[in-house]
Amino acid sequence: MDCKSGLTRRGVLKGAAAAGGALAGSGAITGFPTIWAQNIKNITLRQFGTGVSNLNAVAEKCKADTGITLQMTALDSDAVTQRAITQPNSYDIADIEYWICKKVFPRGVLQPMDTKRLKYFDKVVPIFITGKLTPESTIAQGTAPHTVGFVESQTATKFAKAPTRWFTMMPTIYNADTLGIRPDLVGRSITSWRDLADPAFKGRASILNIPSIGIMDAAMMCEAAGVIKYGDKGNMTRAEIDTTIAKLIELKKQGHWRAFWKTFDESVNLMVSGEVVIQSMWSPAVAAVRSKGVKCVYQPLKEGYRAWGGGLGLAKHLKGLELDAAYEYINWYTSGWVGAYLNRQGYYSAVLETAKQYMQPYEWAFWMEGKPAEKDILSPEGKLMEKAGAVRDGGSFYERMGHVACWNAVMDQDKYMVQKWNEFIAA
Amino acid sequence: MSSLPRDAVSAVALPAAPAGAVGARASREPGRLLPYLQSLPLWLVMGGFLLLPIAAIVVVSFWDDQDYALVPAFIFDNYRDAFSSSVTWSTYLSTLRYTAIVWAATLAIGFTAAYYLAFHVRSMLWQMVLFQICAIPFLTSNVIRMISWIPFLGRNGLLNRALIGLGLTDHPFEFLLFSPFAVCLAFVHLYTLFMMVPIFNTMMRIDRSLIEAARDGGAGPVAVLRHVVVPLSLPGIAIGTIFVVTLVMGDFVTVQMMSGGQSASVGLLMKNQISLLQYPSAAAQAVVLLLTVLLMVWAILRVVDIRKEL
Repeated sequence: MDCKSGLTRRGVLKGAAAAGGALAGSGAITGFPTIWAQNIKNITLRQFGTGVSNLNAVAEKCKADTGITLQMTALDSDAVTQRAITQPNSYDIADIEYWICKKVFPRGVLQPMDTKRLKYFDKVVPIFITGKLTPESTIAQGTAPHTVGFVESQTATKFAKAPTRWFTMMPTIYNADTLGIRPDLVGRSITSWRDLADPAFKGRASILNIPSIGIMDAAMMCEAAGVIKYGDKGNMTRAEIDTTIAKLIELKKQGHWRAFWKTFDESVNLMVSGEVVIQSMWSPAVAAVRSKGVKCVYQPLKEGYRAWGGGLGLAKHLKGLELDAAYEYINWYTSGWVGAYLNRQGYYSAVLETAKQYMQPYEWAFWMEGKPAEKDILSPEGKLMEKAGAVRDGGSFYERMGHVACWNAVMDQDKYMVQKWNEFIAA
Repeated sequence: MSSLPRDAVSAVALPAAPAGAVGARASREPGRLLPYLQSLPLWLVMGGFLLLPIAAIVVVSFWDDQDYALVPAFIFDNYRDAFSSSVTWSTYLSTLRYTAIVWAATLAIGFTAAYYLAFHVRSMLWQMVLFQICAIPFLTSNVIRMISWIPFLGRNGLLNRALIGLGLTDHPFEFLLFSPFAVCLAFVHLYTLFMMVPIFNTMMRIDRSLIEAARDGGAGPVAVLRHVVVPLSLPGIAIGTIFVVTLVMGDFVTVQMMSGGQSASVGLLMKNQISLLQYPSAAAQAVVLLLTVLLMVWAILRVVDIRKEL
């Protein structure tokens, strides 16, 4: 019944879109690149995800290049997980992170994608295929994307141990996260995750209150401070969770934490207002603080980064023309324009080769090679991000992504961890 | 959060039901069905949007959840987990503490303001003007009213800067923001009007000759207040109390924002469970919260008979 009503609704949408297209006149259509199939130009794809990659500029460019209309919805990670599982007919494309994929894919709401239909599959950064950035790298702890990247067959919902023809998601975006600091207020150099727990920053530190990510930052901190040595930070035992949470509660009782943040904006406000001088942070939030004229550094730390990655997955219900359009869209997404856009925001594109073609050599040198900026570095919207001469915090792509200590993760003891995390928040 | 004010409204609206029943008896002769038809829209709305959802919550609270899926069942695990967890108890304790503090503060401020408006402002026009002024902040969203405290109370906020500038302190007061103090302050700011309006309403109905009679009988201002005004304002106080208690008990957004995520509330506990797809646990918590609040409302109605004294 669900399926039937879905089709009806879609039919109406298609009709409306077709009418709109007819009104707009066929003259405009001749401007579209011919490589994109003409019969998919009136399709609307509903995409939802975590906001980092739900950009209106992408929807506009996609419409211009392929004719596909994108309806985008941005939600927080928890809401995305919830919707992906409970309302599988409410979206066509899921733009989710790999740790969310680990929760969502086994539920059979997404369909594996055929790597043979992915134009740029061969050019995907090896992190997402073998788990290794270079053949010598070691695989980081946590939910490394390649461990949930493949399934055995077109109908499988269980993850495959090695690469197969069936991809769970086409990776699009990833980054290495670390602590953000206010260099003018911390008063000394910050080199380790341990510094997050330093009594010197009592009442001026913050950690993010999204359990599955916050616990990783907490783990990096605890291990660096010598509180505990984990077997696998991304898959803790109950005892390890207990020790970690106990440390967090101890710090909370001492008044160490100023606040816990849940959204991007909260983290920016805490930093700009000076309420907090050292905290978990996301890369664009650091850029946002700087754009307000406040000094902020995305501080590389000796223990390494906490990395995350996301990609585009296909909803189970897609078939026929809509499925073709979805593949077309994903191929367009990875064809370079979006990759360059993401790179310029300080994230990384999963298909770097194509992104490079859309970036100026000086931009590539700054963002990817860690070289001093030859000219002012502008954001994709044209706002000044860095003045000429600046160097990216953490350096080059290989320095940053090569020092990943763990990936955002879903643990076997996930439910227990969340329960303990709630105790920490309620303590 | 949004369902609770509705409960409060329905609790307040309940006394109206017997009046309807009386009407039904009176009009038995011409068309027996007419009154039922007249009350049908209300029943449909209440049934569809209040009773049915609550019934669904109660049903789901006995279900099981496995790997983010709801499994129809009849188990008491959710309730057992809720009651056996120390988090639940400490969260209820902290929510009840907020409720008590906010109730006392809104009552003190609301009663004083209502008293001033009702008995000290003589002209009806000025009463209305001043009353409207109290309501003006409510033209903005409550989230905005709450957020605006943050730059004011922060470490480098207006208040701390002013205090340091005046030489009253040399280091900023940190307890002002992201603390229980900030939570209570925001609650009081948000909800005092809900206390004041019903009290003002009942005070305006107090027959002034009663006060004169008390004065003639030799009662001083304090005695008049204690023996005449307060007892006759009780229904208003009770209604205001119901509003404030239900609003504070069900809140999650104020507590999260003003405590900087450091404090827990029952609403927040449920929100966290929902975001982790643990619907049955959240439903069980919702049922427990609903019963707690209904119990409190029942207790208030035991003390003050709103129907009789209105």
